[in-house]
Order: sequence, then C-alpha cells, then structure tokens
Amino acid sequence: MTAAVLRHVGRRLAAGVLVLWGAATLTFVALHLVPGDQADAILGPSLTATPQLRAQVIADYGLDRPVVVQYLDYLGSLLTGDLGRSYQRDMPVERLLADQVLPTMQLAVSAALAGLAIAVIAVVVTAASGRVGRTAATVLELVVASVPNFWLGLVLLTLFSFRFPIFPSIGASGGLGLVLPTLTLALPLGATLAQVMRQELERADRAPFALSVRARGAGELRLVLAHTLRHAVTPAVTLSAWIVGSLIGGTVLVENIFARPGIGRLLVGAVMSKDIPVVTTVVLLSAVTFVLINTVVDLLYPVIDPRLRAERAR
Amino acid sequence: MSVELELERVATAPPALVGRRQRAVLLAGTVLLVVFAAVMLFPSLLTAGAPDVTDTARTFRSPSLTHPFGTDQLGRDVYTRVVHGARISLLTGIGAVIIGVGGGILLGLVSAAAGRVVDGVLMRFVDVLLAFPELLLALLVVAIIGRGSANVALAIGLAAVPHFARLVRGQAFAVIRSEYVEAARGLGVPPWRYLTRHVLPNVAGPLVVLASIGTGSAITAAAGLSILGLGPAAPSPEWGAMLADGQEYLGTAWWIAVFPGLAVVAVVLTLTLLGRNIQARAIR
Repeated sequence: MTAAVLRHVGRRLAAGVLVLWGAATLTFVALHLVPGDQADAILGPSLTATPQLRAQVIADYGLDRPVVVQYLDYLGSLLTGDLGRSYQRDMPVERLLADQVLPTMQLAVSAALAGLAIAVIAVVVTAASGRVGRTAATVLELVVASVPNFWLGLVLLTLFSFRFPIFPSIGASGGLGLVLPTLTLALPLGATLAQVMRQELERADRAPFALSVRARGAGELRLVLAHTLRHAVTPAVTLSAWIVGSLIGGTVLVENIFARPGIGRLLVGAVMSKDIPVVTTVVLLSAVTFVLINTVVDLLYPVIDPRLRAERAR
Repeated sequence: MSVELELERVATAPPALVGRRQRAVLLAGTVLLVVFAAVMLFPSLLTAGAPDVTDTARTFRSPSLTHPFGTDQLGRDVYTRVVHGARISLLTGIGAVIIGVGGGILLGLVSAAAGRVVDGVLMRFVDVLLAFPELLLALLVVAIIGRGSANVALAIGLAAVPHFARLVRGQAFAVIRSEYVEAARGLGVPPWRYLTRHVLPNVAGPLVVLASIGTGSAITAAAGLSILGLGPAAPSPEWGAMLADGQEYLGTAWWIAVFPGLAVVAVVLTLTLLGRNIQARAIR
C-alpha cells in the first residue's frame, strides 16, 4: 500500500462522490420539471382540494421557500437517509422501499450468478468440442443475446408453467418461484458473457503459455480449467458496469411480468400514478448502486488481474 | 443496454467472419431490412385484412392456414396486427435513435470543439447521466412527460444521448486537432462549417454501427415500456402492447403474445448482425 495506490483510491472515490452529487441534483431538477404546480401534483387529481389544504401542503413541504434553500434541504435530507415523501400514499419513501429491497436483490444476485455459471459452462463445454459445436454455440448465443428478456419470460412461462407445469406461474414466492424469473434474466446475460469470454479464451489459447502447457502433456480440459479459463473470466469484470445496468433494468420488466414483489413493480406503479418522489428516489438509488459497484470493481481490478498491477508499478 | 458493450467490441473484435460468410450475412441482413421497411411503409402488401376488425365467432383460434399467427381474445387476426404494428413499433425505435444520435452529435461536437472548461463540464454531465441505467432514466422521463408512443421515443432517445455523445466526442477530439482541420481553421472557415464538413464525416462510421445496434435496443426498450403499460393506448397494434395483451392468455392461447415478440427478435437480430458486419468491415 504505497502513497500512489492510496492516491488512486482517493481519486476514484472522489469521482464517485462527484457523480452521485450530480445524480442527486438531476433528480431534484426532475422533481421540479413536472408540468404544473408541485402542490397540485401532491394534492393529486382530487377536486376537493380547498385553498386551505393547498396552503397547508405548501407550508408542509416548504414549497414557498427559495429553490436554492429547497435544493440544499433536499441534499441534506438525502445524507441523513430521509428520501422524501410519497405523494400518493403519504408516507416516507424509505418505508415504502424497505419491504421491496430484498426480493429485488434476491432476483438480481441469483440472475448474475446464474448468468455467469451459464457462460462458464457454455464456454468450457464448447472449448472441448469441435468446430461444428462451436459454430452452433456461437449462433445460439447470438440469438439468445438478442432476445428481449420480457419475451423470454413469457415463452418460459408458456413452456414450463402452463404446458409443462413444473414451475409456478405468476405471483409465486419461494425458491421455486424464483427459477423462471432468474432464468429470464440469466439466459441473455449468460449468452452475451459467453460471446465475449469465448473470444478471450481463444486469445489465451493462442498464447505461448498455452503451448508450453500442452508441451508438458496436459489435456485440453486441464488446459482450459487450470490455465486459460481465468483469462476468459476477466471480461466479466470489465463488463460489470453493463451487467449491473442491464440487471437493474431487467428486474423492472421481469418483476412486472411475473408479478413479483420488488422495487421494479413499485417503480412502475409510481410512474403510472405520477408519484414523482418515489420515481426519483428509486432512480437515484439505482444510480447509487451502479456507481458503488463500479467503483468497487474498478478498485479491485488490479487485485483480480495481476498484469494490471505490473503495469501500474511501471 | 448493449450500446456500451458494443463500444467495447469495436475495440476488441477479432477479424472473424471474413470473406464469403460475411458477405452472405450482409446480403441476408440487407434483404431482411428491406422487407421490414416495406412492411413498415406498406403493410397492406402483406395482408389484406385490417388490424382492428373483431370477430366474436373466431376468438382464440390457434395458428392455421387462414390465421397463420392465430386470433386473439377479440377474434382479431394476430398476423395482420403484427404486420400493421411494424410501423408504430419501428418508428418509435427509429425516432428514439434519431433523438439520441442528434443529441449525441450536438453534445459531442460542442464538447470536442470547445475549450477545456466546457469540455470538462459537459463530459462530467455525461458521466452523471451514464450513472443511471438507461431503462430507469427513460422511466423517469415518462413519469414527467407522460405515456404514449411519442413520449416513449423521446424518453428512450434522451436516455441514449450520453452514450452517443461520448462516442462522438471521443472520435471528434482527435480529428479536430488534425492538420487539415487546423488548415481549414487557418483559412477562416467558421466552426459550424468545418465541424459539419470535415469532422462529422470522420465520426460517421462508428456512429452508423452504434446507431444500427442502438435501433434494435431502442425498439426492444419501447416494447418493454409498452408492456409496462406506458406505450400507446389500447387498440393500437404496437408489438409491446400486443405482448402485454397476450400475457393474460398464456395458458390457453400462447400465440397472442409469442408472435409479436418474435417480430421484435427478428428485427433486433437483423440490426445487430448488420451493425457488427459493418463494424467488422471497418476494422479490416
């Protein structure tokens, strides 16, 4: 841990904080971009809103204060974990979110792991097979990677829930209910990862060290598992930003298709009812997650790939 | 979405798929693209029926010769609806990409041509936008401006702007500092002129690749927002709306949802293949 490393870590963290501040500013602007008066948005479409009630809302939310004061107040409350109030349900947004975080996390994490497993298995199996097998896998991966996850979800439901009732259909909870939503997200993810990983595996396979392993008499499977596979997995780290982004977007669609509880369903409900504080908070949280994971991955990169450490030392 | 990933690929793609096979893919892709364009412009070429004709005596018919994609819960012919839906579904995606590319060119060129301060501020702004997953940024825009096809296109387009802006800025940055642009500037050519005449053509190659693949992503995203109930209103044969409709009848009539989805897959696959093909040619 030298000063240079610390400086690098510090700079990376500062950049992350700067982006998050920008994201929070943007969501504050979004809150104020809604056409019409903010007080009207809070009161909703009800026609019973009396002038007194309106005045009450303006006072409660502090809407009569200068925008700059409201902005600083917004940033301050975000820092203390106060995420605002839902217009529709009149309760703190963090209370609305509390029950929804876990199901979404379960889905996203299991999909990420399953996607990685699918990619690794596909790449290892096809590495051992001949040219025909590899071409077939390449075509299959291209098709699966292009399939929209919402459609894949519907096809999986049709096949494995209605035609062959192996898995529960929509609205199910528990482990078995997690299988189809997970596969819906994991299959396109795995196919995309496999495409990039195979490319990397073939590059490693042409490297001098692969030749020397072969010269020592090691079999092809051993070469892949013990030597070249670790080279192939590094793109998964490079692509982590894309993976996280597509999983966050994907859970929104999949939760709604499978009628699973979670942040994604809460978000779409809020978009429908124009409950802007809920929308901005969820969108901001997704940005926080995104930035956090990417910063961590970025910092861990030299730990995962020793070649980068050597480069930086030079 | 996969735009970022494709950028990655532009840099790392191996010279695979060269020669005859590549030409075959290009030919097949172009033919398919022409077919999609024809369907979009003249849907009546491929079907005699109208998309909104209901027939209560013929509901939930499975695919047959008279109804190749079956009929839906109101007895409407799913094939006719898919064909007529091409226009709205494709136009939403194309509109989104035009907004994304237009915004990206504007932001990227200004950033590359302006001084360090403006460049720094604009690119930090792009960084902030990139921190939001695209679909969520689009949802935020829809929450503010409301639902409907035009708004969905605008939302998806705006969400794509930072990706295109970063690409344009990166490509233009080097070109602007090249000697011939320097010469043009020395001759007193105004910025808007050397930017459009000299810099933009040099950015066009990668932009076309990304726009082609981005159109596929945008069509997918638009269908996704429709499924969530944010697209065009009910009787519209938009593909995403049809999927959402068919979702209720998966157990009894899978064809109502499956065929519109297959149309999305076909379009996305064609655009992705074409985009990569052009890209592979450019690298060679």
